[in-house]
Amino acid sequence: MAISRRNLLRGAGGVAAAAALAACGSNTGRSGSGKSLSQWYHQYGEAGTQQAAEKFAKAYKDANVTIQWIPGEYDQKLNSSLLTDDGPDVFEGHFNAQMAKSNQVVPLDDIIADVKSDFSEIDIASNTYNGKLYGIRMIDDPQLFIYRKSMLDKAGIKPPTTFDELIAAAKALTTKDVKGLFLGNDDAVDWAANQMLASTGQRFLTPDKKVGFNSDKTVAALIKVKELVDAKVTLTGAPTNWWDPSAFNQGLCAMSRQGMWAIPGIKQAIGDDFGVFPSPAFDGGTQAIYLGGWTTFVSAKSKNVEAAKKFVRWLWIDQTAYQEEWSLNYGFHIPPRKSIAAKATKLQSGQAAETLKFTQQFGWVDDPNWTEAMKTAMKDMCSNVFLKGADPRAELATAVGKVENELKTLVG
Amino acid sequence: MRRRKARSETLTFWLFVGPFVAGMLVFVYVPILWSFTLSFFEAQSTVTPSVFVGLDNYVEMLKSGPFRDSLVTFTVFAAFIVPLTVALSLGMAVLVHRLSFARAFFRSAFFIPTACSYVVASLIWKMSIFNGVRFGLANVVLGLFGVENISWLITADPPWYWVPLVTVRLWLQLGFYMILFLAGLQRIPEELYEASYVDGASPGWQTFRHITLPQLRTTTVAVVLLTLIAAYQAFDEFYNLMPSAVNLARTPLQELYLAALSQQDYGRGSAGAMILTLLIMLATLLQGRVLGFGRKD
Repeated sequence: MAISRRNLLRGAGGVAAAAALAACGSNTGRSGSGKSLSQWYHQYGEAGTQQAAEKFAKAYKDANVTIQWIPGEYDQKLNSSLLTDDGPDVFEGHFNAQMAKSNQVVPLDDIIADVKSDFSEIDIASNTYNGKLYGIRMIDDPQLFIYRKSMLDKAGIKPPTTFDELIAAAKALTTKDVKGLFLGNDDAVDWAANQMLASTGQRFLTPDKKVGFNSDKTVAALIKVKELVDAKVTLTGAPTNWWDPSAFNQGLCAMSRQGMWAIPGIKQAIGDDFGVFPSPAFDGGTQAIYLGGWTTFVSAKSKNVEAAKKFVRWLWIDQTAYQEEWSLNYGFHIPPRKSIAAKATKLQSGQAAETLKFTQQFGWVDDPNWTEAMKTAMKDMCSNVFLKGADPRAELATAVGKVENELKTLVG
Repeated sequence: MRRRKARSETLTFWLFVGPFVAGMLVFVYVPILWSFTLSFFEAQSTVTPSVFVGLDNYVEMLKSGPFRDSLVTFTVFAAFIVPLTVALSLGMAVLVHRLSFARAFFRSAFFIPTACSYVVASLIWKMSIFNGVRFGLANVVLGLFGVENISWLITADPPWYWVPLVTVRLWLQLGFYMILFLAGLQRIPEELYEASYVDGASPGWQTFRHITLPQLRTTTVAVVLLTLIAAYQAFDEFYNLMPSAVNLARTPLQELYLAALSQQDYGRGSAGAMILTLLIMLATLLQGRVLGFGRKD
């Protein structure tokens, strides 16, 4: 095991060279002159979106903006990178109070002040915490139900407006090859955890930050959804989940949970043989449309907070042509700026126009105080009731307990 | 001269070992220590916390709730998957060992799935074999016998979701453990069998029970240990097969992933990780005591 000095040096040289190469590899392009900003997007499904994002970044002259297009588990990757100094300067995401409370994002009131009234009020509210606005909404994504006109016509059924009608329609539309309704591959769990309460006329949290759903109405709604799940008229285990319209396009189901983004794709696949309707109302409740979407933020850990804010102002406030392109040229989204939405001709006809009309009537948005841990509590409740057959009242009590516990740490 | 040689050997040692030790330190030991520290702090959305909370995170995780449920579920899972893996991989090893032709072929054929990634296998299981619609492979086959379509991944009563979960794990890991057993089998001296025949033993169950099994003890203990640890560390196929909102079979690691990376509560996540580590260590030590791992043959 004797090694000559020369060989040893050669070996050490190799290690040093490798180390030097490794150092090159970790160059993130932030060094050098001029301001550099990194901007993160999750991977959008629609073709052309990544090229558009890169085009926008390139057109910005005051800083060198690099795009990170993140496939897979976007939220988890974002969360862990926001803990470090190497995270993004500008990123898209979903706001919750925890982000503001733990100083992950900076307030953006100053860059939006002169045009704030042009943004939809509920979008502003859903990104506000303690009176400060933390995010600029990029797109609004209404979630609703779609149905095959021909199948409903054949069965003599009108689009359901109540949950009882939805169950009846799903039963009537189920045949050997077609299921009546597709809520998702987890059956109703994710849908109900997010959207059921709004259709009972309740909210997750009251304006004074208390639990807003500890009621018999919630229990009754849970029992109703369980009835739907047990009827075996829902599609589950499809190759793709609800947000991809493939299962609907292939005729595996007659009605489906869907988002407005999918409308161009459905139209291309099956023409005009489809319509839209809002989430049906539970007893004593109301029809509802969940208005999801994406919002852009500036990281508090950014080394160039001012430059990042300037870029956000430029892209998501000043460049109205780009905002319109982002909302309407790939999938369909509602532009959050009223002036742009009003000009959007693509949203003025057909199913898109219907969706827009329903959204204005029934739309609701996320509550910034509704955190991930609370969402998990709701999903566990729904999973336990619908799939494991647990007692709805006891499960509701557990979920309420968990949410109250979270509220204590959040509100203090 | 001798001193110089010794010194150069030390240098060589560090040259080869150093990078790995450094890597271990930076990527394994520092994070473990950090996580240990975090577990005693309120670390919501930060990994440099300042509020010391003592054992609160541990209490929170061990209270009745999802994490404790997942520990129970996975003790049951381990109780099934460990004996099943041992029995099947040993059976396969014995069969392959007996072959007089094409042994290498069968050995490779059984081993190949080990090289497949858990994620890829999960996607195949989820999208083509066990999807819930009429053209899923399992449903097509069952359909021939007049069985209605089964929604494999979310049916809790009966718990069909275990069928894809257990089969994908067996398919992926049996070949590897079979190779371990094959190696063990090849080490058993032929003389032992010959001597037993002279003493009147009949080939088959009698020699298997009294010669093969005892001779394979160390291999068996190692396989039990590895499969047990793997069972508690299960993540990939559960994460990829089960719909994310559904909590039918969430592994302890998934619960930690949710706590730390989705809810950003790094304190609770770390406390859970420490509990899990402690459990695996205890199980290993206990097993060493009972089965005599590391004892000389």
